[in-house]
This record gives sequence, structure tokens and C-alpha cells, in this order.
Amino acid sequence: MSQVAVEAPPKGGFSFDLCRRNGMLSKKGVPPPSYRKTGTTIVGLIFQDGVILGADTRATEGPIVCDKNCEKIHYMAPNIYCCGAGTAADTEAVTDMVSSQLQLHRYHTGRESRVVTALTLLKSHLFKYQGHVQAALVLGGVDANGPHLHTIYPHGSTDTLPFATMGSGSLAAMSVFESKYREGLTKEEGIKLVCEAICSGIFNDLGSGSNVDVCVITKGQKEYLRNHQLPNPRTYVSSKRFSFPKKTEVLLTRITPLKEMVEVIGGGDIMEE
Amino acid sequence: MDLGKVNLDAPHSMGTTIIGVTYNGGVVLGADSRTSTGVYVANRASDKITQLTDNVFVCRSGSAADSQIVSDYVRYFLHQHTIQLGQPATVKVAANLVRLLAYNNKNMLQTGMIVGGWDKYEGGKIYGVPLGGTIIEQPFSIGGSGSSYLYGFFDQAWKEGMTKDEAEQLVVKAVSLAIARDGASGGVVRTVIINSEGVTRNFYPGDKLPLWHEELEPHNSLLDILNSTSPEPMNI
Repeated sequence: MSQVAVEAPPKGGFSFDLCRRNGMLSKKGVPPPSYRKTGTTIVGLIFQDGVILGADTRATEGPIVCDKNCEKIHYMAPNIYCCGAGTAADTEAVTDMVSSQLQLHRYHTGRESRVVTALTLLKSHLFKYQGHVQAALVLGGVDANGPHLHTIYPHGSTDTLPFATMGSGSLAAMSVFESKYREGLTKEEGIKLVCEAICSGIFNDLGSGSNVDVCVITKGQKEYLRNHQLPNPRTYVSSKRFSFPKKTEVLLTRITPLKEMVEVIGGGDIMEE
Repeated sequence: MDLGKVNLDAPHSMGTTIIGVTYNGGVVLGADSRTSTGVYVANRASDKITQLTDNVFVCRSGSAADSQIVSDYVRYFLHQHTIQLGQPATVKVAANLVRLLAYNNKNMLQTGMIVGGWDKYEGGKIYGVPLGGTIIEQPFSIGGSGSSYLYGFFDQAWKEGMTKDEAEQLVVKAVSLAIARDGASGGVVRTVIINSEGVTRNFYPGDKLPLWHEELEPHNSLLDILNSTSPEPMNI
């Protein structure tokens, strides 16, 4: 029977051979490769004249830190940014997709994007995929209706809050916000509180680490403070810089022509038909 | 609590107490404000009483994502309907749209809703739309996980022809009773009163609610610590 299957000519269509192989491997105890997930601390708050977003910069693959300085605050529109937690590929893809839809919408209407537009586009996409697009987002921005801060969960539910945290470090960060947040913070106080919340995630949550990124959005302007704090500098850097004392030594030089030259001398008979 | 078991990937659900009560002249809707993912309170001040039109509101329970999408669609349909009709939609139409979505997608949705409002034809009306997508017109309706603690209370306490204040006090009392007994309900109490005069929203902070355990005075609560002379929790 198997002989027949092997000798039959290819028929096209989807081959399920690998599904059977993967099923066999997982039955034998070989785990499938995991997605790159950002065990993350991301936060946002509303201060007296806008929104501040914050994020750590660790990306993990299971127990391995695979990027020590990644960017988790994504661009949505000039006046809107979005922090992403969950599967890195999904947060990246969904924010890029919606940011391009917003750009086209701005070309069409000639007006500044609104935060609720981004919110609706994101939530309807995430709801459509019933939680399989693993993106947990903190969306913040300032538009015609003032500052806005929202959280979006992978299943497509949204909340509107004055201060928000997401990701595996959200519990640590929320404890900082719950004890210290108040209405009408100044910009400096806001940045300080966001940094403190992210640092509590960095130091108390295993999935979060490295540096603090901050993004301050106010009416008509924004400040993206990449690596605003560096609480985990490299401790093992050589005090001297690396140098290579000698040039690479040439031991042997040989030139091999790629094609042999053939000289054709005239006078041969032309083949007749 | 084992922090290792905090599951932040769990779908957002509203272990909830929601209530709708009619009185002579309108309706009172009430809800708690807790949204949870597993054992973590994701939002302690959420608003589960959502506006559909000027005169119709809905109380949402169950999956937050599902109930938000249903109310977004119904709001959109009612907006269109209002424009085509040239007059405000009735509560019955709104409740029927909620039912239509809840019934046609019953395999996909995990949400129970209470639609309440006022219109000039039928006055104040409450419609319950529970999990399977049926529709029940009721003088009062309760829903969510906290409602199990309230059936007996409502059978005893609800009376026909209450005044607006009596009805609102009943709702606030019922929600705070459920908050005291149901772990999945908590936070503040929000109410919405709808009648011929319009809409009034009220808010009752969690620390101002009546205490149902007189024998257990609040002791070493977070509020005491924060209001004390040394606001640092660790220095007390």
C-alpha cells in the first residue's frame, strides 16, 4: 500500500506529511519550537498636558534573553504611539498594519488621526482572530479631543484608563501606579513615575529587563526617549578596547584562472549542409 | 496566593453584578466595576453600563470582548435606524437587535446583557438577554455571577410602583450586597436612571457603600494606611 503512495506522481495540493511528522515528534516528547515572546512591562499614564508611555527592552525566547535592547513602543501615527506585549511578531505586525491604515486614512481625509480610530481598528482585528493574535497593547495619544489612554487585550476587549500597565510585569508596575499616581502630574513627575513603574517590572519580573524606553506625547509634539534610563549596564566590558596587533598575514598567493583560454585559428573547413 | 498561577492570558471576563429595575416613570440600571483576567483585577473602575442611544443603555456581563463588540454593533445599527426613522429608536428595537446578534452567534458569544431605557410608546422597559440569546421583558432583571446572591433579596424587596429614589436605593443596596459576597464583583457601584426627563448617571465609591458585616469593622485596610500620618505602607 505504501509502495503505491510513494510511486504515484505528485498530485499537487497541500501535503500533510509534516503534520504527521510533527504529531509523531510531539508524541515522542520533542516540543515544538516556541515563538519569540516579549515577557514585558509596558505602562502608560495621562499627565497634565498629554500622555506618557513606557516600556522595558527585553525580548525572550523561553528562558533565553534573545534581545537585550529591543523597541516595544511602536509608531502608530505622528500623534499616537502604542506599546506592545505578547508575541513579538504579532505586536509588530498588528501595529504596522493599523499604522498603515491610519496613514491612508490621513491621506484620504487630510486630518490628524484620532486615538479611537486606532483603537477600533486594533480591537476589531484582534476580536476577529479570537485571541490567536497574541498582542496585548497600551495605546496612547493626543488628538482633537485631548489626551487618550487605552489598553487592548488579545481577545479584543478594551479599557479606557488614566493609568495602565500590561505584560508579565504589569502587576509590579501597577503597584507603583496604584500607590503614587494622582491627577495633574507635571511632565517631569510623569516621566519619573513611568520610569519607576518600568524599573519595578525590570527588577521584580523575570520576563522584563534591561533598559527603560519612554515616549512623551503632548498636543502637537512628541519626544521619543529611547533608552531614557540604563539601569543594567554591561559589567564585563574590557577597559581597553579590542585591537588586532598584526595585520592578517599573507601566507601564499595563487591565482587560478576560472576559464582556460582557447585560441581559434582560422582556416578550418566550414561544415556544409 | 500563588503569584506563579496568575494567568494574564485568560480571556477578559466580567464576573459581574448587573441589575435593571423599572419604577413608575422610568428605569434604573446598576452595575459593579470589576473586570478580571483569572484572579487579577484588570480594571477596578470599568463602566459596564454602556450607552446605545440617547434613551437606551445596556448592562454587560460575561466576556468583555464579546459584550463590547455586540454593543458596538447594536449602537451602529440603532444610529442608522434612528436616521432612517427620523425619531428615537424604542427600547424594544434595541433589545431585539441585541437578541438577534446574541442568538445568531450563540456559539461564538459568551455574554449576557440587560437592555433598559425609556421611550414615548411604552415608557420605561427592561429586557433581559441571557446567554442563549432569548429575550425576556421583565419588571426587574439581574445578571452576572453576583446575581445568584440576589434572587431571594429581589423576591422580597422589589415592589411595583416604586419611586425613583426607592428604586435607585434598591439597586445600590443590591449591588453592594453582591459585592460583599461575590468575589468576582467589586469596586464601585454605578447607576444610570432613564426616564422622560433624560438620563442621570450616579457613582457610589466603594468605601462609601453600606457595610453588611457590622460585626467586622474594617481593620488595617489600605484606605486606613493611606490616610494615616505616614503614607508609606511599610512604615506602619
